Amino acid sequence: MSQTSPVLQVEDLQTHFFTRAGVARAVDGVSFSLGRGEVMGLVGESGSGKTVTGFSLLGLVDPPGRIVGGSIRLGGEELIGRSERDWQALRGTRIAMIFQDPMMTLNPVLRIDTQMIEAIRAHAPVSEADARERARAALARVGIPSPDERLAAYPHQFSGGMRQRVAIAIALLNEPDVIVADEPTTALDVTIQAQILYEVRKLCAETGMAMIWITHDLAVVGGLADKVAVMYAGRIVEEGPVDAVLDGPLHPYTHGLVGSVPSQNQRGQKLTQIPGMAPSLLSLPPGCSFAPRCARADGACAVMPDLVGSGDGRAMRCHHPHLPPGEAAGGAIGETGRARA
Amino acid sequence: MPVFAPPDFLGEAPVPVRPFSAVFTSFAPLCAPVERSRPMSVFILRRLMQSALVMVAMAAIVFFGMHLVGDPVDMFVSPDMDQADIEQVVRALGLDRPILEQFWAFVTSALQGDLGQSFVFGQPALGLILERMPATLELAFIALLMAIVFGIPLGLYAGLKPDSPVSRTIMAGSILGFSLPTFWVGIMLIMVFAVMLGWLPSTGRGETVEVLGVPVSFLTLDGLRHLILPAFNLALLKISLVIRLTRAGTREVMLQDYIKFARAKGLGRGRIVGVHVMKNILIPVVTVLGLEFGSLIAFSVVTETIFAWPGMGKLLIESIQQLDRPVIVAYLMMIVFLFVVINLVVDVLYSILDPRVRLGDRGA
Repeated sequence: MSQTSPVLQVEDLQTHFFTRAGVARAVDGVSFSLGRGEVMGLVGESGSGKTVTGFSLLGLVDPPGRIVGGSIRLGGEELIGRSERDWQALRGTRIAMIFQDPMMTLNPVLRIDTQMIEAIRAHAPVSEADARERARAALARVGIPSPDERLAAYPHQFSGGMRQRVAIAIALLNEPDVIVADEPTTALDVTIQAQILYEVRKLCAETGMAMIWITHDLAVVGGLADKVAVMYAGRIVEEGPVDAVLDGPLHPYTHGLVGSVPSQNQRGQKLTQIPGMAPSLLSLPPGCSFAPRCARADGACAVMPDLVGSGDGRAMRCHHPHLPPGEAAGGAIGETGRARA
Repeated sequence: MPVFAPPDFLGEAPVPVRPFSAVFTSFAPLCAPVERSRPMSVFILRRLMQSALVMVAMAAIVFFGMHLVGDPVDMFVSPDMDQADIEQVVRALGLDRPILEQFWAFVTSALQGDLGQSFVFGQPALGLILERMPATLELAFIALLMAIVFGIPLGLYAGLKPDSPVSRTIMAGSILGFSLPTFWVGIMLIMVFAVMLGWLPSTGRGETVEVLGVPVSFLTLDGLRHLILPAFNLALLKISLVIRLTRAGTREVMLQDYIKFARAKGLGRGRIVGVHVMKNILIPVVTVLGLEFGSLIAFSVVTETIFAWPGMGKLLIESIQQLDRPVIVAYLMMIVFLFVVINLVVDVLYSILDPRVRLGDRGA
C-alpha cells in the first residue's frame, strides 16, 4: 500500500455528546490516515463510536453531539471549523456515505431518478439530460440490469440488495475521494453481501477512491480491507495491515474478537468469548476502558496506555499485548511479520 | 371502509367540537393498505357499491328519524282552521299515508333525483339546497385554503425547531384553536374586528359576481372582505389540526435515515425540507384534510348562522326550526353524498402521493 500523500488524514478526532446524564465521549482521540484507493475496515462493537466517527467525517453529527477537537484533513484541507455551507459543498462530491439499512436510505416517495439527479445538480450546473445520463451510467456500473427502466422506479420496487446498489451508485455519482460505508452489507443476506463486496472492491480499484468500511464483521474486513482499525469505547485500540492484525492480534480485545469468529481450522472447538459487555460511554472506567473485561489486566492498566506504533504500520494501545510466540516480552512488536501480504 | 361521520347536529344543540383523537379514529381505516392485487376498476366498483349501501342506510335513518321529531302539520295550521281543513293539509303533504308507504315514495322519487317539495317554500328541496350550496362551498374552500396556507408553514417551522420560543407559541396557539368553541370564536371575531375596530363587515356575502352562472364572493374586494371573518372562523380548528399533523410528521421524518442520506448527498436545506420532507408529510395531511373537508361543510352550520352567511347551513337551521322535513332530509342526503365522494377522492389522491399504495399495483 503506498502511503504517499494520504487523501484523508484524521488526527485526535473528538466527538462528544452532551446529554443530560453527562458527556458521552463517543469518539475520543481517533487518528488514522487513508491513501488513494485504500480500503480501511473500522471494526468494533455497537456503541464503540465507529458510526459517529463516520458521521464526523461528513460533518453530520447532530446535536447534542459536537466535534470538540482534532483535525480532519481531506486532500490537505482542514475540515474542522468549516461553515455548514462548506460542509454541504463537500458532502456527496469529495466525501460520500453509504448507510446501513438500504430499506431506509432511499426516500420512499421519490423516484430513483429524482434522487440521483438532485445529487448531481446540487453540486454542478448540469442539464437534466446530462445528469440523467450520468445517473444511468452509475446504475449500470454497480450492476443494476436495465438501468433505463429502473431509473423511473420507486425504492419499494427494488430488493434490499438492489437498493444498496442504488445507494452505492448515488454515493459514486460525483466521484468522491473518500466513501464512508457504515455497515452497508449487514442488513443483506450472505450471497448478496458477497456480490456487493466484490463490486465495491472493483470500484475502489477502478476509480482510486478510498473507503472506510465500518463493520463488526471481521470476515468482511478480511476479504475487503487493506488495513483495519479496531475501536473500543471511542478509541482505536489496534490498527495495522488487515492480514497482520487478523492473523496475530496484539490487543486482548482484538484477540477476543478474532477468537470469537468460527473458522474451518477450529472445527469442533469451543469459540472464545469476551466476558462482560461494552461499557457505557457515560461511565468509563479510569485508565484502560477494556481493563474490566480483560484477563490480562493488572495495576498498570489503571493508566490509559498510549497508542504505540511499530515499524510495520501496526499500532496498539495495551500494557500487556499478546505478543507472537518467540518474542521477548516487552520487545519490538511483530518484527518477524506474520503478514502474508 | 367508508369513513363518514354521520352529521351529528340533528337537534338544535351546537355542533360539538371533535377532539383530536376522533380525527385519527376516522383516519385509521384509510391507512389500512388498499387491496393491491386487484385492478383499479374492481376497487372503484367495490367502493361504489359500498357507497350505495351507505346512502340507502342513511336514507332510512334520516327519513324515520325525522318522523320522530315533531309534527310539521302544527306549523301549517292556524287556530281558526277546522278539522276538515287540517286533514286537507295533511293529505296535501302526503302525511296521512302509512310511514312505509311514505318511505317507498321517498326512495322511488329520490332515485329519480326528486327529494321532495319544501313544506315552507313549495319548491323542490334539492333545488333550494343546490341554490345555496355555492355559498357554503366557497366558504369551505377558502377555509381549507387557509388551513393549508397557515397550517403547513407554521407546522413545518414548529417541527424543524421544536424548542424555539416561536414554536412553543405556535403550539400553544394551536391548542387554543382546538379548544375554543367555534361559535364563541365567531362572536369574538365579530366583536373585535367588526364592532371595536370596524375593519371588516360581519354579515352577509357582500358583492358577488357570476362565474359560470354561479355567484361568488371572492372575486370582488367587497366579497373578500366579507369572506375573511367567517372563513377564518371556520378554518381555525383545521389550521390547528394541520399545524399539529405537520409538526408531528416533520419531527418523525427528520429523524429518518433517508433525510440523513439526503444531507450526505450534499443537498441544501431548502431541497431537503421542500421536497424530501414535504412529500412525506403531505400524505397524512392530504388524507386528513380531505376527510375534514366534509366536516368543514358540516361545521359551516354554526359559522353561517353567526355571520348570516346565506349558505346551506343557515337554510338547515331555519328548516329545522320550521320542521321542513324534505329540506332537512335532502340536506342530510347531500352531506352523506359529499362524504362518500370525498372519501373516494382522498383514496385516489393518497395513492398518487404514496407510490407504495398505488391502486392495482401488481409490481414489486
